[in-house]
This record gives sequence, C-alpha cells and structure tokens, in this order.
Amino acid sequence: MLKMLGEYLILLVEIFKRPDKGPVFRRRLLIEFVGLGIDSMGIVAIISIFTGAIVAIQTAYNIDSPLIPLSTVGFTTRQMMILEFSPTIISLILAGKVGSRIASEIGTMRVTEQIDALRVMGVNPANYLILPKITASMLFNPVLIVFSMGLGLCGGWLACIVTGLVTSTDFIMGLRSWFEPFTVTYAIIKTLVFAFIISSVSGYLGYSIKGGSVEVGEASTKAVVYSSILIIFFDLVLTQLLLT
Amino acid sequence: MIEVKNISKAFGDNQVLKNVSTIFEKGKTNLIIGQSGSGKTVMMKSCIGLIDPDEGEILFDQRPFSRLAEKKKKDIRKDMGVLFQGGALFDSFNVEQNVMFPLNMFTTMSLSEKLDRVNFVLKRVNLENVNKLYPSEISGGMMKRVAIARAISNNPQYLFCDEPNSGLDPKTAEVIDALISEITEEYDMITVINTHDMNSVLQIGQRINFLYKGQLWWKGDMHTILEEENPELQEFVFSTELTRRIKK
Repeated sequence: MLKMLGEYLILLVEIFKRPDKGPVFRRRLLIEFVGLGIDSMGIVAIISIFTGAIVAIQTAYNIDSPLIPLSTVGFTTRQMMILEFSPTIISLILAGKVGSRIASEIGTMRVTEQIDALRVMGVNPANYLILPKITASMLFNPVLIVFSMGLGLCGGWLACIVTGLVTSTDFIMGLRSWFEPFTVTYAIIKTLVFAFIISSVSGYLGYSIKGGSVEVGEASTKAVVYSSILIIFFDLVLTQLLLT
Repeated sequence: MIEVKNISKAFGDNQVLKNVSTIFEKGKTNLIIGQSGSGKTVMMKSCIGLIDPDEGEILFDQRPFSRLAEKKKKDIRKDMGVLFQGGALFDSFNVEQNVMFPLNMFTTMSLSEKLDRVNFVLKRVNLENVNKLYPSEISGGMMKRVAIARAISNNPQYLFCDEPNSGLDPKTAEVIDALISEITEEYDMITVINTHDMNSVLQIGQRINFLYKGQLWWKGDMHTILEEENPELQEFVFSTELTRRIKK
C-alpha cells in the first residue's frame, strides 16, 4: 500500500509539470470535456430527476403528523440534493462511468506500447494523458453537480405535482426556506476533491499496469473500487471539517 | 554513430545483458538478432531509453544518452524514430493525425506545411488516400507502414525498429524490409533493427550483431553469416526447415 502511495505521488509530480505544448494541451482538454463531462450529462440527468422525485415522495409519505408543514418536503429534498446526493452519489456514479473509462483507456495504451511510443518521442506521457483528464474533471464536474441539483429539485417538484401529495406552493415554499448559500459552496468543494480523486486515481491505476488485457480489466475495476472508497472517506473528512 | 559501451542489465537474479559493446553505423541497417530471451529487446529498450542499463553507456554521436537526466534526453529523443512491434499507433487518432503527431509536438510548422509533410511521408511508404482511416480500419502491413511514416515524419537521425515483420505474411514482410532499407540509405540514418527473422537477416543485414544468452556472440553481415562456423550462431541460423534445406 505504501509503495502504491509513493508511486501515485511520484506520478502526480510528473503529471503536474508544464505541458510540452499549450495548444496541444488545450485541444486535449476540449476532447476530455466532451468525453468525461458532456457525455456524462445524460446519466446524471436521469438519475438526478428520479432521485429528486423519490426523495420528495418518501419524505411526503413519512410525514404523518399534521404539526409538520408539507413545505418540509421541498426543504428536505433541497437539503438532500445539495448536501449529499448531488456531490457524493453523483461522484460515485462518475467514479464508475468516468473512472473505469480513464483506467481502461490509459491501461490499453500501456499494454499496446502507445505510452512507450510517447516517451521515446520525448513527450511526458503522464502529463500528456492524465493532466487534461484531471483538469477537465475538476472544471466540468462542478457544472454537472449544479446541473444535478437543479434537475433533482425539478424531479421532486414534478413528483409532488403528479402524485398530488404536496402542492406546488408548499414545495416551493420549502425549497426557499432557511436556505444557507454555504451548503452549495460545501457541495462544490466536495465535488472538486472527488473529481481529483476519480481522475488521478484511475489515471494512476491505468498508467501503472503491467501485463495484458486481464490487467486492464482489473485496473478498471480497481479504479471504481478505490475511487469509491476514497470518495466516501473524504466525504466524511470534509463534512467534519466544513460543516462542524 | 551509436556506440554501445559495456552495457549490462539484470532483473533481480536474471542477468539479461552481460557487458555488451557494439557500434551502429550511419547509413546502414544494423541488426540485432538472437533467439527469444537472448536480450535483444532489453538492448533495444536500453538504446531508446525505456530501460536504464545497470552498467555501461550508450552514446549517440558522442552524446552520452543513457547517463542523461530524462529532461536532457529529450534533445536526443527528438532525433529518434521508433517502430514498435505492434505499431503502437494511437487508437483515437486517424492515420493523418498519427503521422502528424511528432510535427505537432516538436515543430512550429503551419497546418498546411504539416499536411504536406504527412502526405509526403505517407506517399514515401506507399500509402495514399488512407489519411482519414483509423488504425482499427487498416491491415497489419499498413499499420507498420503508417508507424514507419510517423517515425520518419520529423526527419530523425536514428531509426529503431522492434521486430518490424512480426505478424506479417512473407511478402508484406519483404516489402517492409525493403522500405526500411531504402529509407535508411535515402535519409542517411542509423537504423537499428531487432529481429529473429532470417529472411530479414539475409535481405537487409548490412551489419549484424548476434546476441546469445545476453552476450554479444558474433558480429558480421549478411554475406558472412551463412559461412560462419560458430555453433550457437549456426543453431540460430539453421533453426528452420527452410534454412536447413538451403544448407544441404
């Protein structure tokens, strides 16, 4: 484990060197925005809408006491989406989708000697391949998370309207009650840390492969497992640091 | 010229290269031959800087490559072209983008200049109208030719080819050998080829280095190799039915 941590830190030093050529880096960054960010919008949208709807319905279902106002449904949906669901659960889903993609893409390049080809050409492969992925993830994941928050709230609102459990007025009143802007800042800080974890850990696992196709598959699985565990761990650490 | 001076390399207890010294000459096809496990690949990887030898040094035109820091190796690397065994073409790039890659990274050429150069080298390796195809859409022989085009696109002084004929039919292999030989002469490069293909040895072996159990066992050329009495070399040269029949 210590050896792995050491290798990961050494790789980070290589990754964060100045790119060989600015225009090439920018072009790769745009490609990664599409591959890692825009291509993930569909799954983020679907999951966010449905989860927002489910949270709203479950909250409404659990409110038995007439003393609890129905606007609590909107309030709870907002808090759940902003504080935990959008930054953490969506990051876990991205660890599966984006993390496995990064590890298998870079791992395949390793076993087919494409990384060696970059190195003998005088290109820093870690910087060329992984830095655009980390940058794209850290710039685009906060956009995805804000997008998820918005869609989740819309999903909750739609569910309340369609089922008739809560009126639109009550739901919106709940959404607007006791809003603390720092919760959004907290969610974005978490997202940035999680985006770094997903892209750098998956990049490391793909980059350090030795072997063939079996090892590419293993690295892809490990990327999801390790990223998920680290996300949960840092979720706890950041929550403790930022909210208490 | 490239001078390999007393290089040794071990992986754990396995001594793969033992005090190997040789010279690769300019304008010639310099072959490294030997059986699997003889240390050919480690020697080639040491030459191109993918493996650091434990002892000895490699000099590129008097420039000590193996002892340089990674950052300083870059100047020599820019003069290198490498053809990997599987081609190592970038999957996400088409043929044109693959060949243009070294030009994008290391030159200040305009796009039209780069395109002219790409089309020129592709024509040189007898490939035309394939610019927009991806590696998965072309044959093994075409892949090798694209890889050669990429290797020579930036006018290298040194060309390294690792098993250029592996996985190719004999006719295509001969075409690739002839192409490498022609390019070497035309560009006056130092070409180093790692092979165990006897057809290549006899077709383009202007300088041959035979490795046996990690040691440089014999040096010669395609004209002398068949007459050599060295038993280990004979065993390698006449290891196939075809060469045994020729010997008779």
